Amino acid sequence: MSDWIKELEAPTERKWEEFYRNRFAHDKRVRTTHGVNCTGSCSWEVFVKDGVVTWELQATDYPAIDPNLPDITPRGCQRGVSYSWYLYSPIRVKYPYARGALVDLWREAREKHPDPVEAWKSLVSDPEKRRRWQRARGKGGFRRFSWDEALEIIAASLVHTIKQHGPDRIIGFSPIPAMSQISYAAGSRFLSLLGGVPMSFYDWYCDLPNASPEIWGEQTDVHEAADWYNARFIAVVGSNLNMTRTPDVHYVAEGRYAGAKFTVFAPDFNQVAKYADWWLPINPGQDGAFWMAVNHVILKEFYLLKQVPYFVNYLKRYTDSPLLVEVKEGRPGRYLRAGQLSEYADQENGEWKLLVWDEKSGSPRMPGGSIGFRWQSEKGKWNLELKDAKTGQEIDPLLSFRDVADEVVQLEFDDFGTDQKQKRGVPIKKLITKDRQQVAVTTVFDLLMAQFGVDRGLGGEYPQSYDEVGPYTPAWQERYTGIHRDTLVRYAREWAENGEKTQGKNLIIIGAGANHWYHNNLLYRAGIVALMLTGAVGVNGGGLAHYVGQEKLANQASWGPIAFAGDWGYPSRQQNTPSFHYVHSDQWRYERGYKDYDRTVGPKTDHTIDHQARAVRKGWLPFFPQFNKSSLEVVEEAQKAGAQTDQEIVAYVVKQLKEGKLEFAIDDPDAPVNWPRVWFIWRGNAIGTSAKGHEFFLKHYLGTHTNSVAEEQANGHVSEVRYRKEAPQGKLDLVVDLNFRMDTSALYSDIVLPTASWYEKEDLNTTDMHTYINPMQAAVPPLWESKSDWEIYKAVAQKFSELAKTHLSRPVKDIVMIPLQHDTPDELAQPDDRDWKKGEVEAIPGKTMPKFRIVERQYPLVYEKMISLGDAIEKNGVGMHGLTIPAGDFYDDLRKSQGRRLNGSVYPSLEDARQVAEAILYLDPVSNGELSYRAFKDEEKKTGVKLTDLAEPVRDTRISFSDLVAQPRRQLTTPTWSAIINQGRPYSPFTLNVERLIPWRTLSGRQHFYLDHPNYLAWGEHLPTYKPRPDHSMLLETEISKAQAQGKLLNYITPHGKWSIHSTYSDNHRMMTLSRGGYPIWLNDKDARELGIRDNDWVELFNDNGVFVQRCIVSARIPRGTVFVYHATERTLSVPRSPLRGKRAGMNNSITRARLKPVLMSGGYAQFTYAFNYWGPVGVNRDTFVYVRRIEAPQW
Amino acid sequence: MNVRAHVSMTFHLDKCIGCHTCSVACKNLWTDRKGTEYMWWNNVETRPGTGYPTGWEDQERFKGGWEKKNGQLELRLHSRARGLTNLFYNPALPELDDYYEPFTFDYQNLFNAPEGDDQPVARPISMITGEPMNLEAGPNWDDDLGGSNLYAQNDPNWAGVAPEIQAQMAEIERVAFNYMPRICNHCLNPACVAACPSGAIYKRAEDGVVLVNENKCKGWRMCVAACPYKKVYYNWATGKSEKCILCFPRLETGQAPACFHSCVGRIRYLGVILYDADRIATAAKAETQELVQAQLDAILDPFDPAVMAAARANGLGEDWIKAAQASPVYKFVKVWKLALPLHPEYRTMAMLFYIPPLSPIVSTIEEGLVKLELPPEQIDFELFNHLQKARLPLEYLANLFAAGNVEVVKPILRKLLAVRIYKRRQSVEGTIDQATLQLVEAAGTTPEEIEAIYQLTAKPTLQERFVVPPYHREMAVEVWNDPLAHKGETGVGFLELPVRGD
Repeated sequence: MSDWIKELEAPTERKWEEFYRNRFAHDKRVRTTHGVNCTGSCSWEVFVKDGVVTWELQATDYPAIDPNLPDITPRGCQRGVSYSWYLYSPIRVKYPYARGALVDLWREAREKHPDPVEAWKSLVSDPEKRRRWQRARGKGGFRRFSWDEALEIIAASLVHTIKQHGPDRIIGFSPIPAMSQISYAAGSRFLSLLGGVPMSFYDWYCDLPNASPEIWGEQTDVHEAADWYNARFIAVVGSNLNMTRTPDVHYVAEGRYAGAKFTVFAPDFNQVAKYADWWLPINPGQDGAFWMAVNHVILKEFYLLKQVPYFVNYLKRYTDSPLLVEVKEGRPGRYLRAGQLSEYADQENGEWKLLVWDEKSGSPRMPGGSIGFRWQSEKGKWNLELKDAKTGQEIDPLLSFRDVADEVVQLEFDDFGTDQKQKRGVPIKKLITKDRQQVAVTTVFDLLMAQFGVDRGLGGEYPQSYDEVGPYTPAWQERYTGIHRDTLVRYAREWAENGEKTQGKNLIIIGAGANHWYHNNLLYRAGIVALMLTGAVGVNGGGLAHYVGQEKLANQASWGPIAFAGDWGYPSRQQNTPSFHYVHSDQWRYERGYKDYDRTVGPKTDHTIDHQARAVRKGWLPFFPQFNKSSLEVVEEAQKAGAQTDQEIVAYVVKQLKEGKLEFAIDDPDAPVNWPRVWFIWRGNAIGTSAKGHEFFLKHYLGTHTNSVAEEQANGHVSEVRYRKEAPQGKLDLVVDLNFRMDTSALYSDIVLPTASWYEKEDLNTTDMHTYINPMQAAVPPLWESKSDWEIYKAVAQKFSELAKTHLSRPVKDIVMIPLQHDTPDELAQPDDRDWKKGEVEAIPGKTMPKFRIVERQYPLVYEKMISLGDAIEKNGVGMHGLTIPAGDFYDDLRKSQGRRLNGSVYPSLEDARQVAEAILYLDPVSNGELSYRAFKDEEKKTGVKLTDLAEPVRDTRISFSDLVAQPRRQLTTPTWSAIINQGRPYSPFTLNVERLIPWRTLSGRQHFYLDHPNYLAWGEHLPTYKPRPDHSMLLETEISKAQAQGKLLNYITPHGKWSIHSTYSDNHRMMTLSRGGYPIWLNDKDARELGIRDNDWVELFNDNGVFVQRCIVSARIPRGTVFVYHATERTLSVPRSPLRGKRAGMNNSITRARLKPVLMSGGYAQFTYAFNYWGPVGVNRDTFVYVRRIEAPQW
Repeated sequence: MNVRAHVSMTFHLDKCIGCHTCSVACKNLWTDRKGTEYMWWNNVETRPGTGYPTGWEDQERFKGGWEKKNGQLELRLHSRARGLTNLFYNPALPELDDYYEPFTFDYQNLFNAPEGDDQPVARPISMITGEPMNLEAGPNWDDDLGGSNLYAQNDPNWAGVAPEIQAQMAEIERVAFNYMPRICNHCLNPACVAACPSGAIYKRAEDGVVLVNENKCKGWRMCVAACPYKKVYYNWATGKSEKCILCFPRLETGQAPACFHSCVGRIRYLGVILYDADRIATAAKAETQELVQAQLDAILDPFDPAVMAAARANGLGEDWIKAAQASPVYKFVKVWKLALPLHPEYRTMAMLFYIPPLSPIVSTIEEGLVKLELPPEQIDFELFNHLQKARLPLEYLANLFAAGNVEVVKPILRKLLAVRIYKRRQSVEGTIDQATLQLVEAAGTTPEEIEAIYQLTAKPTLQERFVVPPYHREMAVEVWNDPLAHKGETGVGFLELPVRGD
C-alpha cells in the first residue's frame, strides 16, 4: 500500500466517530404515511428522538405480490422525505388565527348581543361591516385567538345561515379522501348531517377522464404500478411518470429490461422521456389526432387486409362493435332496441336492451348484459355470455354487414378539423319493427370503418392511401401532431403486432398532459379505441392507465356511509364543483358560451350556463343551493298548504316549480338569496391552487382585490338564467380553513384553524397505485394547539349542537334535491331527452327531473350522531356500484367492541379516529373476507355466473388497524372493484369483467365505441372523432392584454412539477432549495431570445384573467410557442408586485378561467347518469394563452 | 497480494429518475444544522450540465485529483500551488459563488404582517445575513436542463463531440438529458487524504470509508481543493471540514446508507469488493486509456481460493468473504463489466461505479415534421446496431466514465440492449431464434449472463441490492473497553454541539 493512503484501523484513534453515531441514535420509529394528494400511499418510518421528529425514511416491509414481479420497496419520494421540515417550521400554523377586522367586529357585536347567533346576524346583515372583513381578505392583519372564540364564531355562522338561508348555503371543499379518509370524512360527515354541501374535486381538477364513464361506465379504474411490468408495449401520453408517479416509475425502468418497448409522447423532452426508446415530440394537446390515425392503420391492416382471431373475438364479446345502430336521415342514429322487434316485444325494459346480428341464424338476436337486464325484476341475465337472453341459444355476432348487406347507403360523417362533412358508404340491413316500420340498421363496427376512413369498396369519400390528407389518415394527422406519417405508420404496426403476439399487453399510461384539454374525452377515446382494437383492456399488462388526480378509496363501501352520514339515512347534498364554481364565482359572465369554442353537428346558439340550468332541472346534475328559498322553509310552506306525507310535500314542491312560484337557484345565480354563505376548506387549497379562475374567486366570492381585467360578455347571450347587471362581489360571509401551513387559502380565509400534521394523527390511506392499505399514526401528539381534522369537526359539531338547542331546537324537515344516480335504476329514467319546463314531458321527480327526498334533521343531536355509527348499516348493509352487502352481524360486533349509548340505544362509537378506522376496515369487503364473499354472492345473483370461488379462500380474513401498523396489508379481491388480484396477480382493471363475464356498467354492458345519447349525436361525438383545440381568438381572455403586450402569444401549460405535490411541499425549504427558490416560468431558449429574456430574469405572465410574476428558466427542452409553469404555485412565497396590474401578482390559476363542455352534462341515461366525482363537466385549464414580458427589477 | 475489503457502490444511471430523494434523506440526517446548510453530501446532477458546485469538473481551476508527472503521481493542487506554502491562501478553493448563498424565506411575515392594502408575502432571505436577497444560484440550479444555454452548453464533457451534434442537442432532434447522483467516491487513492496537512483524514481499514476526524481537523481545507469531485465541504460554524460518511452508523448496524435506502428508482447497489492494495500505486499511474482496466485488475475474484486464503491471512473474516462473494457491485463491475468509475483520469480510483444510460433514438425534421431515425431493418431496439443514433452522444458518456475512450462505453450499451432484446424475444415471441443468439454473442454475452443481469437489474430484492457485511463492533470496542462494560455505558454522558475552534 502506498504511504499517502492513510488507512486507519486503531479503534482508539477512532472513538471520535461517535460524533456521527450520536446523531444517528434515535428513540423510536413510527409507521405512518403522508396524507397528500399524490396517490402515492407510501409506508414511512418516522424517527423520533428527544420527543421530536427528526427525519423519515421509507418502510420496506411490504409483503411481496409475487416473486416474478419487482418488489414495491422503497416507496416514497423527495417530497415525502422532506415532510418532517414542516412540523416545526416557521410556516406551521400553531394556533387558531382570525382576520383582525373580523375579531374586532365580533367582540364588539358580542358585547351587544349575549347570544352568539344574534351577534353574527348583526354583523352579516350590516353591509358595511360585512364588507369590512371581506375587503381585508388576503391583506394580512391576522390575529391569534382562542379555540373557544373560533368555535363560537363558526357555530354561530352555521346556525344563522341555516335559519336565514337554509343549510345548503353551507359548503365544504376537501379533495381526494383516499389520502386521509377519516380526515376527509370528518368534514363531509358533519356537513351531511347539517344538510350542507360537500363539493367534488376529481372533476373540478379536470382529472376525471370523462371517456372512462363514457366507454366503461366507470369513474376510473387503473393498474397498480406493478402491472406495468407485465406490459410489452407502453405508450406514455401526457403523463410525466417521474414527476407524478415517482415511487412507481421503477416498474417502467425495470419493465424495459423484461422486454417492454417504451414510447413517450410529450411536447417537451420531459423527465420520463429519458427512458424512452422512442420519444415523440407531439404538438401540445394533439395526441388525439395521432391515435385517430393509428386506429386508421390498425383497422386497415389488422381488420381489413388480414384478420386476427384474438382481436375479432375480443371485439365481438367485450365491445359494442357488433351492436345494431339505426340509420336515419343519412346519419347514424340510436341503437336499435330489442323492444322495437316483435320477437322481443314482451321484454321488460325492452327499450334498454340492444341487439346483434347473429351469423348462425342470420337474424337479430338479443344478448344479455344490456342495462335493461341489470335493473329488471328477473335477475341472473346480466352477463356477457354470447347467448340469446330470451331463448338461451348460442349466438355468433357478426361484426360487419359488408358481405350480407341489403344495401349500401351513403352516410354523413363529420370532419371537425376542417368543418366539412364526408359521405361514405356503409352496408345496411333492413328490418321490420313490431310497428311494421322498416328500419335500416348497420353495426357499430361498420360505422367505425367508415368513420376512420377505411375504404372497403363501398363508395363515397374514402381516402385512397395513407398519403391522402383526409380524416383520419397518417398524412392527415401531420398538420396537427407535427409527427411524420412514416413514423406514425411504423408506430401503428408495431403497436398492433405487439397486441397480436402478446394478446393485448399494450398499455397506455396517460395523464394530465392529455386530460386537461377541453376535448379531453375525445383525446382519450381515440387512444382507448387503439386499446380495444388490440384486445388490451381487461388484460394484465394491457389497457388504459390514467394517472392524474385518480384516487382509489379502496374501502369505499364502508367509508361512504360514514363520510356522508348514510348510516343515519341522510342523503348528502353532493355538488359537482365545476358547475358550482363556473356559476357561483361568476366565471360564466365572462364568456359568450361554448359555441365560441366547441363545434356541434348543427348550429347551436345557447350559452353553457343555459345548458347547465337545463341539466339541473332535468335531474342530470346537482346544484346547490337548490331553490331560491330555504329548503326548510319550502317544507314548512308545503305543510302549511296542507301537505302531510313526504309524497305530498314533494308534489307540492314540484307544482310550485312548474308554476314558477319556486325557482331553482341556478336560474338566478347572482341573487343574494342564492349565494353560498359559509365555506369550509380542509385538506386542500380551494382558494389557491384549486381555484381555476382564482382572480374571479377573489372578486366574486371573497370581495377583495383582484388582478383580473376581463370584461363581462354574457349579457344578451343567455336565455335560461337571469342576467343581473351588477355582478355581486363578496358572496361569502365566512371562510374557514383548516391547515397545518399558511398557504394561499389560509392567507385569504377569515379563520385559520391549526390541524395536526400527518405525523400527529390516526387515519387510513389507500391508492390505486398499489393494493396495500396504509395506516397513519401519531409519532408525536398534535403540536402546539393543533387538533386532528376529526377532532376539529367534532368540536365544531359540539358547539353547533349547543347553540342549536336554543335556535334550532325542534326537529325540522328538509327537502333534499338529488340528480338521477349512476348504478341505480335511475339509469333507465330517460330514453329520450325531453324538457318538462317546455312542456315536452310531464315533470316527474326521479324520471324527468331531480329526485326529492324529505328528511328530518335534529340539529341539537348533530354532535351525538357524528360520533355514533347509525344503524342504517345494520339494516341495509354496505355497498357500492349497485351491490348490496349484508353486514348486520359485523355491525353488531362493533357495537360490542366499541359501543356507546345514545338515546337509550347502543351504537358503535366513532368518537376516536382509531374507532372510525376499525369500523371502516371491519365493514368493508377489501379488508373483511366474509364481506367479499357476500359481495360476490350478490353479484352472482345479478349476473347468473359463478363468482364466489374468488373469495372462498379468504373468507376468514379480517384486517384490523393493528395489523396495518405491524405491516402494510394487501386488499382482497372483491366485485366492488374490477380486478382479480388473487394468487400474486397485480391489479389490472376489468380483468374480472373479461375473465368472469361481468358486464361493464354501461348501456350495452360492453365497452362502447359508440355513444347514442341525443347530446352525443348532436355534438357529433357519437363516434370517436377529432375536434380542434380552441384557439385564442375563441377564448376571449387576451384581448385587453394585447395592448400591453410586447411579444407573441404563448400557450400556457401547467404540468405537475418536481418539487411539490400540487402546492403541498412547494413552500418547503428543502424543495425550494433544490429548485430555484420560487415558482419559475419555463421558456424555450429561442422564444426567450426573441422576447429579450435571459435565464433567471424576472418576467410577468399575463392575460385578461390575471397576472403571475416569477423568474424565468430558459431551456432548449421546452417546445417553442409554449410557456410552462409547473403547477401548483402559492402566492405566499417569493411573489413580487405586478408592474402591470399594480398589486401583488397572483399564482398559476390567476391566468385561468373555467370553461365547461356541455355534452358532459348529459344525464339520466345509462352510464350518463350522475355520481359524485364520477360524471359531469370538468374544469379544463390547458386551453389558455398568455403574454410574457421581462421586468427590470421586482417590486416587493 | 495484499487483500483488503472495501464497501463499494454501483449506480445504475439507466434507472435513475432524478428525484433527489437521496439528497433529502441525506440532508435530513446529516447536514441539517448551522454551518452545513450548503453541504449536499449527496447531490443529483442533470447531465449535460455543470453540476454542484458549479463547474466542479474544471480542474484547471479547482486543481483536484492527481496528475501523472514524470511517471510519478502528484496532487494537482500541490504541484500547482506548491503545497504548504499556500496554506493560508489557496486560490483553488471554491468560493461561496461556486456553491450558493443558502436562502430561506420570511415565512413569519404571512402571520405577522399588519393589515395593509396588498397581500403580504414571504420574501427570500439569506440564511447567512437574514437580509432579503436575490436568488442567483442553488445546489441544483440547472435541474432538468434549466438554463441550458448557460449550463448544459458549458458542461466540460463535450470535448470530442462533433460541433454539429452539440448544436443539435440544443434542438428537438437531439435534446436529451440524464441524471447523475453523486456522493463521496470513497476512493482507493483519495486525494483528500493525501492533501490533509493535519492528518485528519483516513480510510477506515475495515470498509474503506473515508472520514474526516472532527477532532483532528484544523480547517486547512486542502481536502476541499484536492478532492476532484468536490465532495469535502467546510463547515463555517465549526471551522472543520465534513463529508459523506457513507452512513457508517447505519452500515455498522446492517442498514444501507440513507441515500441507498431511500433510492426510489432502485438504482443503487452496495457490496464488498476485495482488492489488492499492492496494486493501487501502479493502477493509479496507468496510461490514461488504460486506467479503467487497471482499476478493474486491482479488484480480486472473491471465489479464487488464493484470494480467499490471502484475505484470511490479512484478517478478513469468513462472513466478509461471503459478503464479497454475494456483492452486486462485484458482479456489475468485474464480472459483467457494465459499470465504470466517474472520471478515471482523476486517478483517485473511485469506488463508486456508474452504469451509463441508454437514451431515445434521435429524430430528423422533414418539412417541419418530426421523423424518428428508425433504421429500415426490423430489430426490437433500434440502437443496437446504431449506437451513434442515441440522443446522448457516446463521446459525451466516454468523457464522463472512460477518460474519453468510446470503446469502453460501447460494449456496455450494447450489452444492456442485448438483455432487452433477448428478454423481449423471450416474452413476446416465446422463443429465442438463431438471429437473437447471434446478437447476444455479438454483444459479448450469453443467455445465462443475460438472465443474471436481468435479475439484478429488474427484480433485485432489497437484500440483493444491499449486501452489507457484518461488522464486528464488539471486536473494535474490545480494544479499549470491556464489551460488557460498554453495553452498560454507551450513550451515557453529555452531548454538545461542536463549537468553532474546538
